[in-house]
Amino acid sequence: MVRLITHNLLACHVKGCTSNNFPLALKDVQIELQEAEFNPEFVTNILPRLEWSALADAARQVGDTSLPAEQPEMMDDDLLRNLHHVLLEIHIVEGAMVCPNCKHIYPISNGIPNMLLAEHEIG
Amino acid sequence: MIPTPDLSHLTEQDKLHVYDPAEDTFLFLDALEQDAEDLKGEKPLICLEIGSGSGCVSAFIGSILGSTNTLYLCTDINNRASDCTHRTGRHNKIPLDPITCDLARPLLKRLQRSVDIILFNPPYVPTESEEVLSAQLGRGISGSWAGGTNGMEVTNRFLETVEALLSERGKFYLVTLDGNDVPEIRERMFRAFRLQCQIVAQRRAGIENLHILQFSRVNR
Repeated sequence: MVRLITHNLLACHVKGCTSNNFPLALKDVQIELQEAEFNPEFVTNILPRLEWSALADAARQVGDTSLPAEQPEMMDDDLLRNLHHVLLEIHIVEGAMVCPNCKHIYPISNGIPNMLLAEHEIG
Repeated sequence: MIPTPDLSHLTEQDKLHVYDPAEDTFLFLDALEQDAEDLKGEKPLICLEIGSGSGCVSAFIGSILGSTNTLYLCTDINNRASDCTHRTGRHNKIPLDPITCDLARPLLKRLQRSVDIILFNPPYVPTESEEVLSAQLGRGISGSWAGGTNGMEVTNRFLETVEALLSERGKFYLVTLDGNDVPEIRERMFRAFRLQCQIVAQRRAGIENLHILQFSRVNR
């Protein structure tokens, strides 16, 4: 399943596509919610490795508006819980991710993102 | 003793298309178990397995580190392997996040100096170069073993990107055999990337002499 934590770490890698290639836009996605055990320490510690605005935007694209557009300076328990839900409990099952720059389409099928490229697209 | 992940959900069809754990896998698990306390102590946040196949190795390290403490990213060029990895995660209650791709390519931009543990049991069997090409393009089970010249053609492509991915405290585990020329790999990784290498496990399996190498940054 493509969770939004994974989506936040994927960029387009078509040959020559090196700027504005992240975040990938979500297209025609079907989502499933699956409960995951809350680990506030993990959520807090992983944040510096993620890009907040891309995450908040991806959440909005799948109908979750619980994250503010800008990262707040202080994290309270409610916000950590919202982050936990957005990062780890929303699963994209079907759909696609589209590069904002070159418009390459990466399909998601049966919960698995297919990021393979054709030979001529490989840098 | 950490139990080997339960793979009873994999079907005969899965095993025709995806590498079934064998001696090399079990040596890999033994090496990780031996390092378990050190690995846990580092509190890794991101673990990345390249060529995860059945998902056995990631599910195993997940049972060492805990299901909620670490993100387990798993790549494979074989979409069927990604599916097996995913199911193995679910079956063993370790969330594994599979991505079908070549090595770590779509992750390179976002995971610069961010990965705490990298695991790679590569296609290391020496073959003709043509064989590695068709195996990688075919994206089937032969891609899990056909390694081309010195068994290093796929591994070498990944070795170029390892240092960029590893976090400050990151560790990279690689399965090799004698034919891969372990001394040359160690020397090259030190010279080009200042990564030091320890051989953390070694075992003879039939005609193969297998090693598990562990790389880390010199200036920690």
